[in-house]
Amino acid sequence: MSDLNRVNELVLRFANVNGSGSASANSLIAKSFFRMGLPVGPKNIFPSNIQGLPTWYEIRVSEKGHTGRRGSVDVLVAMNSQTFQQDVADVVPGGYLVYDSTKPLNPHGRRDDINYIGLPLTQITVAKYEQARHRQLFKNIIYAGALSALLGIEFEVLCDLLGEQFKGRDKIIETNIDALQTGYDYAAKFYDCPLPLRVERRDLVGDKILIDGNSTVGLGAVYAGATVAGWYPITPSTSVIDAYTKYAEKLRIDPQTGRRLFGVAQAEDELAAIGMVIGANWNGARAFTATSGPGISLMSEFLGLAYYAEIPAVLVDVQRCGPSTGMPTRNQQSDLMACAYASHGDSRHVLLLPSTPKECFDFSMLAFDLAERLQTPVILVSELELGMNDSVSEPLTIDPDYSWDRGKVANYEMLEEGFEFYRYLDIDGDGIPYRTYPGTHPTKGAFFTRGSGHNKYGGYTEKGPEYQENMERLLVKFRTAATLVPPAIIEDKGRPDAVLFFGTTAEVMPETLEELQRQGHLFDQIRLRSFPFGDEVWQFINSHERVLVIEQNRDAQMRSMLMIEGDVNPAKLISVTHYDGMPVTAEFLVATISGHVDNGGSRQRLSA
Amino acid sequence: MSYIKPKVTHPAIAKNELGFTRRDYEGSISTLCAGCGHDSISAALIQACYELDLPPHRIAKISGIGCSSKTPTYFLGASHGFNSVHGRMPSVVTGANIANKDLVYIGVSGDGDTASIGFGQFSHIVRRRLNMLYMVENNGVYGLTKGQFSATADFGSASKGGVPNPFDQIDLIQMALQLGATYVARGFSGDKKQLVPLIKGALSHPGFAMIDCISPCVTFNNHEGSTRSYEYVREHDVPVVTADYVPYAKTIRVDYEPGTGTQVKMHDGSVLNLHKLDEDYDPYDRKKAINYLLDCQEQGKIATGMLYVNPDVTDFHDIMKTVDEPLSSLNYDRLNPGVEALESINASFR
Repeated sequence: MSDLNRVNELVLRFANVNGSGSASANSLIAKSFFRMGLPVGPKNIFPSNIQGLPTWYEIRVSEKGHTGRRGSVDVLVAMNSQTFQQDVADVVPGGYLVYDSTKPLNPHGRRDDINYIGLPLTQITVAKYEQARHRQLFKNIIYAGALSALLGIEFEVLCDLLGEQFKGRDKIIETNIDALQTGYDYAAKFYDCPLPLRVERRDLVGDKILIDGNSTVGLGAVYAGATVAGWYPITPSTSVIDAYTKYAEKLRIDPQTGRRLFGVAQAEDELAAIGMVIGANWNGARAFTATSGPGISLMSEFLGLAYYAEIPAVLVDVQRCGPSTGMPTRNQQSDLMACAYASHGDSRHVLLLPSTPKECFDFSMLAFDLAERLQTPVILVSELELGMNDSVSEPLTIDPDYSWDRGKVANYEMLEEGFEFYRYLDIDGDGIPYRTYPGTHPTKGAFFTRGSGHNKYGGYTEKGPEYQENMERLLVKFRTAATLVPPAIIEDKGRPDAVLFFGTTAEVMPETLEELQRQGHLFDQIRLRSFPFGDEVWQFINSHERVLVIEQNRDAQMRSMLMIEGDVNPAKLISVTHYDGMPVTAEFLVATISGHVDNGGSRQRLSA
Repeated sequence: MSYIKPKVTHPAIAKNELGFTRRDYEGSISTLCAGCGHDSISAALIQACYELDLPPHRIAKISGIGCSSKTPTYFLGASHGFNSVHGRMPSVVTGANIANKDLVYIGVSGDGDTASIGFGQFSHIVRRRLNMLYMVENNGVYGLTKGQFSATADFGSASKGGVPNPFDQIDLIQMALQLGATYVARGFSGDKKQLVPLIKGALSHPGFAMIDCISPCVTFNNHEGSTRSYEYVREHDVPVVTADYVPYAKTIRVDYEPGTGTQVKMHDGSVLNLHKLDEDYDPYDRKKAINYLLDCQEQGKIATGMLYVNPDVTDFHDIMKTVDEPLSSLNYDRLNPGVEALESINASFR
């Protein structure tokens, strides 16, 4: 058996029982790699459960910057007897299995091609701690200490992180460091440490941050000047509102009175949540909600109202695996069409598709500007994988001169000076009318908002031509939207074939394309960042012979949207789908795409 | 269709303290059926706002869907209005109110809009203690879809085709009391004298005010055998407590028989003089009010008037601890935490 002998390229997976307190020890390890200057990609693979079901936490460390999910495991910390056999099977030949050696190894978990590292965790904790809860919690910290020795994680880094986490609570810090030391000493005494598979300090992350996308979306809403949030709890979006509230409570308190410069209402359901958002935006505040697919379904009626009555609204959809309840703690990109064309009648909505936590922040801020500029709902379409897991990200920045764009609002002065206000009249040719905030002027600018038929002057109508004129203007507005949304990121070197992708798929694309190139397959690439699609998307597609549309859903929804929206020959859009709920891997994409190309590229649809 | 009324008025027409005439509080011409109770409610709202000297543009009128929800077009033409989605008026008002606490909110809904499709939202807006008038224009039927029973129709009340309602009614007044509404009244669109002061009191109440206004549907629910016809309601109406609204600094002397008069001081200094027609009734006791209403219901009586009031209220903004200024009025400089704060946030993720 040949041991894995690599520095700074590894996948470490923890198999735990949900609710056993493992998450903080595991994220401690993830952060320690980051602190050692190494690109890192932690992924929490958790069940829809509070306590008892299996949960995994996977950390990929990659000096090359390949932090997306790889799909195999080098070091497995097996702390869950329920999943032991499967966990053992996932380790690559030459890899390592760390297990609790208090009891003899389960013979079903015996393989000849991997290394076993036994730590008598139960024995140590029973001897060392009296309370059952402490025995459980410190088991996690002890294996973290052992990993420090085994993988070469700097012990001081772990101590620093614990010190920061429990700042001011010296006793807790001391107890935790003692547990770390116990694990470290045991591993160092009984094994040759560090292992040939190990990490070393580098300087590869610069000023980057390790953060989850939901936090940055919430922060984006704070920095965008959002003052109202209406929401209903749903995985995996809840932490968006948690982050908004947490930061607003720190940063949005009136210094004079100590009172809040924001309001958060937990609604009775998603229908009420979006109703609140629409009511607040109608009334001149910046308001938003966060939800997931089932919430989008419930909000669809109101989305049609906001589209037709032209009320700004910002929604964050952190997608999870559908349909219906689906697998609520697993990842997918399967709400695209539900969001883009939400609601009955002819309606369509602006979507923003971030790929990184920094983009989550930027697009969150932008969503408010766009919603008010365009007077329409803007949906920030994130994903569980991006929203709930930490990623290495560029630091968050704002232009010091930034101020919000409230769009076309006729204010008191304009009305007073004789501005001729008609709610749905397009006077600039961009399809966007003026609006007024309620309460602006005693005698001018009041209008009646309705979801029923209306003409360009804001009056009720059942006259076909008046109705249709207004609906046509909404299309003009949507074309304006295509010029305002973030353009696609393109690398076009004139190759005949290209890959098209968006969202979290971007994380594995550099690795995928490098490997395909190594195999002799060259692709241009385009990463979509928004809907409606800009001209650059059509130019790119039209200038390539074949475009592989990669997406994480069954029905190739993005491919359908490209076919609906553009004059594209469907035959050139080859669908590559991955939708088992786990983040797509470079291994899968390389195998699927190279297999396709090697077979002459005749198939239209490629999937797992 | 809605029509604009000509705005020509007699120069000697009466004006309120703001210099507005009653006409300034009107809206477009109603397109409801002639004799519809809802039009009387619109007229009462116009009268109340005019007499309260409310600037029309500082009122927001928000509704759901249905005959009742169409009415905001027919009053307060100088106010912003929002005819939203069926059963969802409460959430739209909630958002609007969080955004701007300084406007006066009139939510207009019907019995289908509130007691069926919007029952959940109704319950939760009461819980939220939102400062608003929630007006239910209650006729017991779905008018726009031609006369199906609504959830507030009495058990046994006959449909236009003569079929008795086989289901028990939902009494929105009892629901509002149960859920903690602090101003609860029942009006009858046929009794404007009673209704106008109830609306004025509700608009001055600093918390959630609910008026369930029986409003007969002349087309689908005004026949013999219906318990929502003008005739039936007039016969069975039991006014419990009448109210006279007295604005601040206009205190007038009102004579009551000893022991039956009581005053409610509103937060703005105005006064609501209550006149108890039933000596045993206590409009400050929620539990007794609920029992009284249950008794009336058993006896087939419709208790109307000022049924419960608690002027000492906590508003949603108090609960949320928001600043005094409307959130919608805050400029970006007040809301932007700045570059330095973002730098320290970045540092906390390294």
